[in-house]
Amino acid sequence: MADDPYSLLGVPKDASADDIRKAYRKLAKKHHPDLNPGNKAAEEKFKAVSAANELLSDPEKRARFDRGEIDGSGAEKPPPRSYRQYADTGAGERYAYAGGEGEAGFGAENFEDLFSNLFRDRGARPNGPAKGRDAQYSLTASFLDAVNGATNRLTLPDGQTLDVKIPAGTEEGQILRLRGRGQPGRGGGPAGDALIEIHIAPHRFFKREGQDIRLDLPISVREAVLGGKVTVPTPGGAVVMTVKPGADTGTEMRLRGRGVPAHGAVAAGDLYVRLMVVVGPPDEKLAAFLRGQEAPDFNPRAGMEA
Amino acid sequence: MIGIETIFVQFRELAPEELDRWIANRWIRPEGGPGDWRFHEIDLARLRLIVELRDTLEVNEAALPTVLSLVDQVYDMRRRMQRLNQAMAGLPPDMVALLAGALQ
Repeated sequence: MADDPYSLLGVPKDASADDIRKAYRKLAKKHHPDLNPGNKAAEEKFKAVSAANELLSDPEKRARFDRGEIDGSGAEKPPPRSYRQYADTGAGERYAYAGGEGEAGFGAENFEDLFSNLFRDRGARPNGPAKGRDAQYSLTASFLDAVNGATNRLTLPDGQTLDVKIPAGTEEGQILRLRGRGQPGRGGGPAGDALIEIHIAPHRFFKREGQDIRLDLPISVREAVLGGKVTVPTPGGAVVMTVKPGADTGTEMRLRGRGVPAHGAVAAGDLYVRLMVVVGPPDEKLAAFLRGQEAPDFNPRAGMEA
Repeated sequence: MIGIETIFVQFRELAPEELDRWIANRWIRPEGGPGDWRFHEIDLARLRLIVELRDTLEVNEAALPTVLSLVDQVYDMRRRMQRLNQAMAGLPPDMVALLAGALQ
């Protein structure tokens, strides 16, 4: 049995909708999980008061609860992934704080301001070992290399080359760290790291949406009307897909697991194929056949009258 | 990458001018340019946070940049701490014990 939503929000049973909204806002301000990252208790509390608010702010659900027809949990839907789940990972670098200059920097990479004594001690011993500086590069990978993973060679300004292993499922703006490939260290200290920001070139016909990939697939009139097997390019190589008879432009089909391949803990995405009927070069036989037909009732522009 | 149509399906009450303004303010930083914005998952999550800050937590737009900059600083700090934690995991056990003692 879930907790009583009235006591969760701290309002009496006869509270007005306005009182409930105010009580909810007050609690949400205090416990919002994105403002209390890492605080499990705040997260649980926020979930509970959100659920209580959802139930009590809906007059119908509230009445059903008051009559004892439903319990305090109501129908809870899974909450969307919240900001902190991204901001706590490397993806959060997109929104690194830059002191109001508006440009994303390498905020989380700098420790100097936090541990100034550690770094100052290093400076005070000019002959002591010191780690070399990190070097920053950017690399544009092809769409398929970023999806499937590949090794790309990066030529540095000084003519040296760096082999960068791009993992499968790499996202635009992701930063790869190559340990020890930055500036050399001093006095026997380790070399710095190379930080490589990956950009992804667009593909001629694939489009990426998270782990899924979208593709517009041209099919002939014959394939659309009669159906049949068509070859579909996928990031992992061509596969054969069956088109049902009567398919049309805009019909969408899903090839499960043919999107971005599984990597790490992330499951493989899907490939969404949208069919596009293409008439092709003039076909006298088809034209003659259509001329011999009675005009059909079908008007594709029905409902378009302005 | 996520297109702008998906954004307006998920955020039914969001006005296009609002989104344009927030992108212009760099509160949200999608790829591409006007007319062809492409969003990462984190951009969507951040948009949801901004909408919640404004609508549920009653942070008005004038105060939002201050709140967002504080939020960004908190997460910068958390990512730094994670890096520090990773770096410490690579230290010899006696040094880890020393650090743990000093931090207790």
